[in-house]
Amino acid sequence: MKKVFPIFAVLTAGLLSYALYQALVAAPTEQTMGDVQRIFYYHVPSAWTAFLLFSINFVASVWYLIRRNTAADIVALVTAEVGVVFCTVVLVTGPLWARPVWGIWWTWDIRLTSTLVLWLIYVSYLLLRRFSTSGQTPVLAAALAVFGALDVPLVYFSIWFFRTQHPQPVIGGGGSIDPRMLHVLLINWLAFLCFAFLVCWSRYRLERLQRDVEETQALEALLDPRSSVR
Amino acid sequence: MSGESRAVSGVTRATLAKDIRLEWRSKDAINSMLFFALLVVVVFAFSFDPTAEESRQIAGGLVWVAFLFAAVVALNQTWAREIRNQVLDAYRVSPAPPNSLFMAKALGNFLFVAILECLMTPLFIVFYKLRALGPGWQLVPVAALGTWALVVNGTFFAAMSLRTRSREIMLPLLLFPISIPALLAMVEATTIILSGDGRARFWIVLLATYDVVFTTASLALFEKILDAE
Repeated sequence: MKKVFPIFAVLTAGLLSYALYQALVAAPTEQTMGDVQRIFYYHVPSAWTAFLLFSINFVASVWYLIRRNTAADIVALVTAEVGVVFCTVVLVTGPLWARPVWGIWWTWDIRLTSTLVLWLIYVSYLLLRRFSTSGQTPVLAAALAVFGALDVPLVYFSIWFFRTQHPQPVIGGGGSIDPRMLHVLLINWLAFLCFAFLVCWSRYRLERLQRDVEETQALEALLDPRSSVR
Repeated sequence: MSGESRAVSGVTRATLAKDIRLEWRSKDAINSMLFFALLVVVVFAFSFDPTAEESRQIAGGLVWVAFLFAAVVALNQTWAREIRNQVLDAYRVSPAPPNSLFMAKALGNFLFVAILECLMTPLFIVFYKLRALGPGWQLVPVAALGTWALVVNGTFFAAMSLRTRSREIMLPLLLFPISIPALLAMVEATTIILSGDGRARFWIVLLATYDVVFTTASLALFEKILDAE
């Protein structure tokens, strides 16, 4: 395992740089939007990666509630953390693109609003983990993750109905995409997935080690004769 | 009625009666909620012109935000008095089903928030010159379903935030993001009914769905939260 990690890290770095070259140089320039459109190769893969990580978080949380498996709890924690990072990337790159193309930074449109709400839910999840006192954290967090996942379709429907009643700026929904662009998009997504996996992996190892250290320290404190004197 | 379900309703009724009696004698939750909601009304009135015709468009949001903030005050006190004498620990070791405790707490909170709403609504009508241009009776199901949506999740998350540092702050941080669809539905339905344009049916159905989903989830997970140690 210790050897696989650096090899995978190097591969991911190579893939990321190749994807960067593809997105910035090789991909054709979009006719109406120009080079601004290239942010698409970061925005969309980040969104897909974030949604995938949040789904893994939900599955791991349910698994933890059923089996009380420590690994599942760590996976849930790690995917939520990395997912929030990718979701932040989505929320930052979106307005950067929207300003020159739509002429506005932000609109309360369905996708933007539901992504923002999703981000809020998982930030509150991480806050709960931070504020909760150690032993009970996994159960509380897993329950909150289930609530959050149940909330997502309701958020989507409510905002969808809310917005279809009001005028909204034109979004290039649907439409066809140049096969070369799709190719670059998929390469970028693959690179982002590898990167997300790499970060989750090292975060998982770190969390594991941290818990082991805490456990050992607690045991030592129990066994240490001086601690009873103090 | 089977023996088990009789035990469930018996425990629920006893806990609910105890909470109502405690509240009747101390009036802690109702008083603090009422005063808090009153403050919100007054602060809002200074933030914009409350009698302008355009205020009708935001009145729905205003009413519900006031009730939401006030409800958090009551929800934070839900479990506080059970901790003081280790009542919650005693409950945990007793054979009484956890869900009946949860239902009692949720119903109690529903009752307190409903009383607050009944007392505050005339004040809103007077201060903001509210008048329903649509079918006013629909406000009753909207209020009932909306209050239950806030209260069922609020009771659950209050039990959750008991186990955290700075629990008073934790409750709104957990409750507000999850409540966004319910809040949106309440606000939109109320605005539609008050302004009289459009129909509120979709929002009432959405609120009912929200209530069913989260009541089920709360009942399914409450035992795990209560026993988390």
